Amino acid sequence: MDPTLFSTLVMLAVVLLFLMPSAAVTVYAERRVSAFIQNRYGPNRVGPMGLFQPFADVIKLFLKEDIIPTGANRFLYTLAPMIPVTTAVITVGVIPFSEHVYIADLNIGVLYLLAVASLSVYGVTLAGWASNSKYSLLGGLRAAAQMISYELPMGVALASVILFAGSLSVLDIVNSQDIWWNIFRNPIGFVIFTVAVFAEANRTPFDLVEAEQELVGGFHTEYSSMKFGTFFLAEYMHVVIGSMLITTFFFGGYHLPFAGYWLPEMSVLAKSILDIFVFIAKTVFWVFVFIWVRWTIPRFKYNQLMRLGWTRMLPIAILNFAVLAVILYYL
Amino acid sequence: MEIYLFILFATLAVAAAVGMITSKDTVNSALFLVVNLISVAGIFLLLRAQFLAVIQILVYGGAIMVLFLFVIMLLNLSSEENMISRFSVKYAIAFLLGVVVLSQLLYAIASVTGTLPYVSPEMERVGTVEALGDALFSTYMLPVLVTAILLTAAVVGAILLAQRKFSGKENK
Repeated sequence: MDPTLFSTLVMLAVVLLFLMPSAAVTVYAERRVSAFIQNRYGPNRVGPMGLFQPFADVIKLFLKEDIIPTGANRFLYTLAPMIPVTTAVITVGVIPFSEHVYIADLNIGVLYLLAVASLSVYGVTLAGWASNSKYSLLGGLRAAAQMISYELPMGVALASVILFAGSLSVLDIVNSQDIWWNIFRNPIGFVIFTVAVFAEANRTPFDLVEAEQELVGGFHTEYSSMKFGTFFLAEYMHVVIGSMLITTFFFGGYHLPFAGYWLPEMSVLAKSILDIFVFIAKTVFWVFVFIWVRWTIPRFKYNQLMRLGWTRMLPIAILNFAVLAVILYYL
Repeated sequence: MEIYLFILFATLAVAAAVGMITSKDTVNSALFLVVNLISVAGIFLLLRAQFLAVIQILVYGGAIMVLFLFVIMLLNLSSEENMISRFSVKYAIAFLLGVVVLSQLLYAIASVTGTLPYVSPEMERVGTVEALGDALFSTYMLPVLVTAILLTAAVVGAILLAQRKFSGKENK
């Protein structure tokens, strides 16, 4: 076998082995952090500090009865939970974990990320439609509208990132931040991108897709057992992926702050290990922010959400892009 | 391998297109169209047109088809009977297996008769973002600008039409 292909496959396997459990760890972290924020204990019985709680949760989900409602479209009902997981997993393909450790460095990395993100809408929409239930349908339609609305500001914010790197390759974008992270060079873009990522991941304050008070469980009202578990997994994987994307595009990726000024030359192995730890630390920080926001900020109303997306975020994103382009042209 | 993938994607695209036309359920039709668009993107990728492939998925597969589905679901075009579709997992697997077998058959026939398509190494340089941007913003600058203005006008027109309808209803 061709050595590049082989190393790519090994990387793929390693990354998947880390990504899958990361969702379970995030669920545990969410329950503990939310308990901390609400001044209660959270799960602390299964294993030391409740660390084995994710295992218990998964076993419970496996043992539940799997119900497909009569009147549901069986094929789409089964297919729908797989789509968000697939899109979450294939997003990792272009994220660089270190200068030397990445699965693929595509010429069109950023566009690939946007394309994959745009496909994840199908999972939620189809789940809502195929369940043949009014709550699910409304949840699915809301999800479709919300994701389309927030994809545009996200894309424009990413375009303003591309201005600094002059390339669509994600590796080049990270390497352009070795001294100044994009969060300093492009703060407005950072805010817009973060909000859009929250909306794409369907997390509070943008979780109208599954607003309990009005829609029961939203698109996954009818789902049970591991089909529900898959949606749950996908949601937390999207949180992890979203954190990785914010880290990669605005938080310097694997670079330490202002690393270009003071970091000495290192061997490939030492640099890779350092890079990976820096990247993981930043991702964990952003996962924490995701949880923190969820348990602090209340949910929007649906019309407020759409108005924010179309009449505030999109114009600001375009304006930010134009101003940055002019500044960079004359600099 | 590449040629085999090409034939697989091509067969999948044609099969999905036929499925889209023949299926009675509008949602199934739309989903067949998504499969078709994505397999065409796969063909672009095999022709080394990375940019075109991703844009195909981003614009058609992601944005436009989601809007289509959105409208179909919102208007509920399919009647209640069609909601219970007979399109089951069995049929889907049969469809995929059929496509794989057919593409293998075509591959075998094509390699015997020597009519396999050939991707030249020069094509690798044509499909990148840099090459495309270079061509669009130097040689074809005027057509690009004219198309941009046309699109902007169309978008503004669409918004105006939608707005007028909306306010007209309110006046009643």
